[in-house]
Amino acid sequence: MADPRATLDLKRQPGFGPVAWFCLFMLYAPIAVLFVFSFNAGRSVNNWSGFSLDWYVKAFHNEGIQDAAWISLQVAFAATLAATILATAAALATTRTRPWAGQTGAYLVINLPLMVPEIVTAIATLSFFALIASLSGIRFGLGTLIITHTVFCIPFAYLPIRARLEGMDLTLEQAAADLYATPWQAFRRVTLPLLAPGISAGAALAFIVSFDDFTISQFVAGPGQQTLPIYIYGAIRRGVTPEVNAISTILLMISILFVSASFLIGRRRQ
Amino acid sequence: MAESAAVEARSVTKTFGVAPDLVRALDDVSVAIEENEFFTLLGPSGCGKTTLLRLIAGLELPNSGDILLAGRSVVHLPPHERPVNTVFQSYALFPHMSVAQNIAFGLEMRGLARDEIARTVGEMLTLVKMQGLDARRPGQLSGGQQQRVALARALANHPKVLLLDEPLSALDLKLRQGMRGELKSLQRRTGITFVFVTHDQEEALTMSDRIAVMDRGRVQQLGTPLDIYERPVNKFVADFIGDTNFLEATALGEEGGFVRCRCAGGFELLVGGIPPAPGATVTVALRPEKIVLHPGGAHGTVTQAVYVGTDTNYVVQLSVKTDLGVRVQNAVDGRARFAVGEHVGIEVPPGAARLLKD
Ligand SMILES: Nc1ncnc2c1ncn2[C@@H]1O[C@H](COP(=O)(O)OP(=O)(O)OP(=O)(O)O)[C@@H](O)[C@H]1O
Ligand SMILES: [Mg+2]
Repeated sequence: MADPRATLDLKRQPGFGPVAWFCLFMLYAPIAVLFVFSFNAGRSVNNWSGFSLDWYVKAFHNEGIQDAAWISLQVAFAATLAATILATAAALATTRTRPWAGQTGAYLVINLPLMVPEIVTAIATLSFFALIASLSGIRFGLGTLIITHTVFCIPFAYLPIRARLEGMDLTLEQAAADLYATPWQAFRRVTLPLLAPGISAGAALAFIVSFDDFTISQFVAGPGQQTLPIYIYGAIRRGVTPEVNAISTILLMISILFVSASFLIGRRRQ
Repeated sequence: MAESAAVEARSVTKTFGVAPDLVRALDDVSVAIEENEFFTLLGPSGCGKTTLLRLIAGLELPNSGDILLAGRSVVHLPPHERPVNTVFQSYALFPHMSVAQNIAFGLEMRGLARDEIARTVGEMLTLVKMQGLDARRPGQLSGGQQQRVALARALANHPKVLLLDEPLSALDLKLRQGMRGELKSLQRRTGITFVFVTHDQEEALTMSDRIAVMDRGRVQQLGTPLDIYERPVNKFVADFIGDTNFLEATALGEEGGFVRCRCAGGFELLVGGIPPAPGATVTVALRPEKIVLHPGGAHGTVTQAVYVGTDTNYVVQLSVKTDLGVRVQNAVDGRARFAVGEHVGIEVPPGAARLLKD
């Protein structure tokens, strides 16, 4: 019997269930395996020999991991801060000004890092800093990583901030101006508070993109600048133990935490 | 020299966009709004009402022309330096602030003392009957309550001029009618000059001291509600305000300060207006309620009768091409006075009809 509600309801198409379950399985099964074996008592990552938290304890006491985590955190915090401020400024400049020539161009340039293959960015950045070093002798130390991360974090911070700005009623700022607020006061008292959820969401995304980055960091990082992903990569080459699973699980949890935070903050208040 | 107007626009032109898509939102508009006046900008959607208001508030710059407040040119001043306040069409309440914070905003920006701000906010809450709701967020208020907060927020600054952009359009009919009276008495009590925008002719006629009827970026007529209703200067104004019949007629000559005209169906009437050359074809505007029907006449035939409560609206056919709308009060027992198919005579009191320019 024809159900009048059935029009174009994907859920009612034949084969929807199996396809959906297959996709979910492919997405999450590997992660589930990784997660489960991080609790293995033995050294194997494919042979279960009982539950234990030993590998987590071990990972926490591993100095290599501690150092790498510290580097990752420093870089992620600094890059997030810089990228979020720049992205906010860029979002304001591309939505809150009179239309200017090259506005579309600016929008493209800001989002370019999303399109450029990571490996290209990595090699380009590496040669660029090498060139600066050979020409002027200036080395930036950890600054190299921070600057590089800032650049590719900008579009991730920019997009939610811009979306929030575009959804904001322009007459609110005009009402503030009508009520004697100078442009700066209107920004401080009206635009910024209303923009805050977008900024938080953008910052959370930027943080996690920086914290998880491997390809670019691998190329750009100097000696003694191992980030957590680089450390994990190195550890695997020395042999896979459930310790790697444990760190990866922690990394995954941090990611989930930040992405959910970004999502929830972005959704809060409309 | 005469006292300068509270608000004056001098030959203001404002366009949006460029060549092929150029919109002339205001085309050489001049108005002078007196102090303590309830002044209304009335016109159809897109005629430039909001644009003129935004130019006065400083939210938009004119291409040419001048805006003066109390005789002083303010075109070079940004909005926060102009002594006017606006009630926006969408209210534009700050969603992240409470009702009290919204009302206090303008006072804080001007750096008033804390206790003075608190006192004024209290006064304003009382004025708009919103006591006890000061801690609510705008999102927790009804449309009518938001409208009151928007009004209070603007009035708190005791502006010389208050700009109101269709403040009642979002309210339902009953509330709107109530607010009309409240706004009008508020304006009288405070003596603030109101510049009120609406596309509702009834609102304009009942509240205003003077009305500027606008169309396509131009002021078509400026005058008191009585002027506008009784003596529309052109077809647009006559058509936009109330119901009007437009009749082709032949001018026959002057007679006692009026012009005698003959319309289709052969009936003659004395109309007000500047006399044209005898024999000229003219357009006559005639309000349906000013026409008197006589039973058994020979001018036309009733082809339609629509009962509207106190009155009945008739359509009287004068000739094959010409219909006339007539509004007649019903008999005491509520029955219509004429029936469809009845032959009627038509009488128009001298001066009840107007000659129109185009
Ligand atoms: N920022 C803008 N950019 C381009 N065109 C505009 C802009 N603001 C107004 N216009 C145009 O100018 C004309 C007048 O607009 P305005 O908002 O003043 O009309 P209005 O009389 O207030 O109409 P409504 O009753 O619908 O509010 C319209 O044709 C409108 O499309
Ligand atoms: Mg408008």
